Amino acid sequence: MNTSVTNATTAAAPTQEAVKDDARGDRIFGWAVTFAAAFVMLLLLAVAAAMAWGGHLAFQTFGLRFLVNGEWDAVGKQFGAMVPIMGTLISSAIAMLIAVPVSFGIAFYLTEIAPTWLRGPVSTAVELLAGIPSIIYGMWGLFVFVPFMSEHVLPWLNDKVGSLPVVGPLFEGPPLGIGMLTAGIVLAIMVIPFISSIMRDVFRTVPSSLKESSYALGATTWEVVWHVVLPYCRSAVVGGIFLGLGRALGETMAVTFVLGNSHQLSWSLLMPGNSIAATIANEFTEADSDIYLSSLIALGLILFVVTFIVLAVARLMLANLRRKEGAA
Amino acid sequence: MSFQVIRYRRRTAIDFVAKVLGTAATLFGLFWLVWILFTTVRFGISALRPEIFYEMTPPPGADGGLANAFFGSLVMSGIALMIGAPIGVAAGTYLAEYARSKTWRESIRFVNDILLSAPSIVLGLFIYELVVRQQGHFSGWAGALTLALIVLPVVVRTTDEMLRLVPHAMREAALALGIPQWKVTLQILYRAALPGITTGILLALARISGETAPLLFTALNNQYWTNSLNSPTASVPVVIFQYAMSPYDAWHSLAWAGAFVVTIFVLLLSIGSRYILKKAQGGQHG
Repeated sequence: MNTSVTNATTAAAPTQEAVKDDARGDRIFGWAVTFAAAFVMLLLLAVAAAMAWGGHLAFQTFGLRFLVNGEWDAVGKQFGAMVPIMGTLISSAIAMLIAVPVSFGIAFYLTEIAPTWLRGPVSTAVELLAGIPSIIYGMWGLFVFVPFMSEHVLPWLNDKVGSLPVVGPLFEGPPLGIGMLTAGIVLAIMVIPFISSIMRDVFRTVPSSLKESSYALGATTWEVVWHVVLPYCRSAVVGGIFLGLGRALGETMAVTFVLGNSHQLSWSLLMPGNSIAATIANEFTEADSDIYLSSLIALGLILFVVTFIVLAVARLMLANLRRKEGAA
Repeated sequence: MSFQVIRYRRRTAIDFVAKVLGTAATLFGLFWLVWILFTTVRFGISALRPEIFYEMTPPPGADGGLANAFFGSLVMSGIALMIGAPIGVAAGTYLAEYARSKTWRESIRFVNDILLSAPSIVLGLFIYELVVRQQGHFSGWAGALTLALIVLPVVVRTTDEMLRLVPHAMREAALALGIPQWKVTLQILYRAALPGITTGILLALARISGETAPLLFTALNNQYWTNSLNSPTASVPVVIFQYAMSPYDAWHSLAWAGAFVVTIFVLLLSIGSRYILKKAQGGQHG
């Protein structure tokens, strides 16, 4: 393009030298940014490869039984990932059970109910909740929320729910405060801001003509949200939920503080448990044998694979909406 | 009463209940924010003494501060920004300005989004494998590199998004004058997107200032002052973690002081970056 600018009649015509310089600059800059982008691409592969390499000893030794073995014995060098995997899944499931409806409510409030002047400040406040470092959640959880649970909530649950058939065993046991249920609630508080702000953004993409026409037909606010807004952006809402789930699965510090770090599997949600991330955080620097270390990295690999799948699904579902938006 | 009236009443009743529940959900969300902030401020203020800024982290039973932890956090975060931000800006520039193939561009965006939400503990394990194991010891460099990996995708994403917001006419006008593309990018597009890119970098800083998990096995911790990034380096979040988990009251109160400072810092950063962005966007529109 630049070589064509050789019109000698204008006084400021670039010299041959300057044109060459510019072309070289373009090449260098172009290469630099390309390398940076390729680096991002390679990074993910490198992370996966490093984790697979670090964990291969564990998989070699224990085979696929590593995934279903519930034993975790540092002295006997027997390691199985079942307890941390279950803990991660259960605590995340509790978190999502609480966070999804609440986030939907917040998004509903922020897009339809709240007076306009209140929407900005409330959105910012909810998003600030997302900015607080997870270690602060952990400390608050350990020093304030755990005692609160063990003094006020858990005895009540124990009394009233623990004696019921079927669900009873889930809520039996000493009210320690530390345990699966507490971890699930703290996780829920941490993912609510993410899910609700995605839902709010997604709800906003619904064309106002769609909503207005339903209002014109006499629909109530709730009916518009439930029958028009939600179906319009269903896949993106699911994507947002999965994004929150990815965060809950990988969350480390808050869970480490309140989960109890116990490798005993228990039916009760009130008993201490463990999660993949918490196990790694608690035990990594104590790992004194190669197989111990490798087992912990193998746990990391499992976490990475699971969150990768969850996040990939989330991104694909969110991308759906962008395509729709582009088409509209 | 006619059927229609009953149905109408039912519909409005459901609508009312839904609105009440929506409002309640919002209050529920805000309730935790208030509770957590209140706790941090209450315990933090009472533990805050000037000594925490110039005394070293103490052994059990002794008095001390968090000076080495603050220093370590500051240096590691600074290096993380110096490594992560330029690469991130460059990669973001590639996505917004240079990538020709749509598939390629979308795949890099996808990979970057995955990195953005990947558990940070996994990134820590990666650096452990890559650096700590090779070197044979924990180090501040490893910690800084881990934080850089967390900075990178945040900056890539905001740079990409902010550059795409710059009107096409600006590029066309500049290119029509015969300015080479790299100068257009450096001198015109970056200037226009500067508030956005700055916001991205500040948000990345906010994110790494509280990161704990990946530092546990890269930078580890250090009870003493160290100027060498080749040795284990203390950081505020890791000290908070260790002290909070300990049985000593004096350590708990130091942990609260650290938690208070970190929280205030992070909140100021996120509010400040929002403000910068809002002001810049407001200026653009009117």
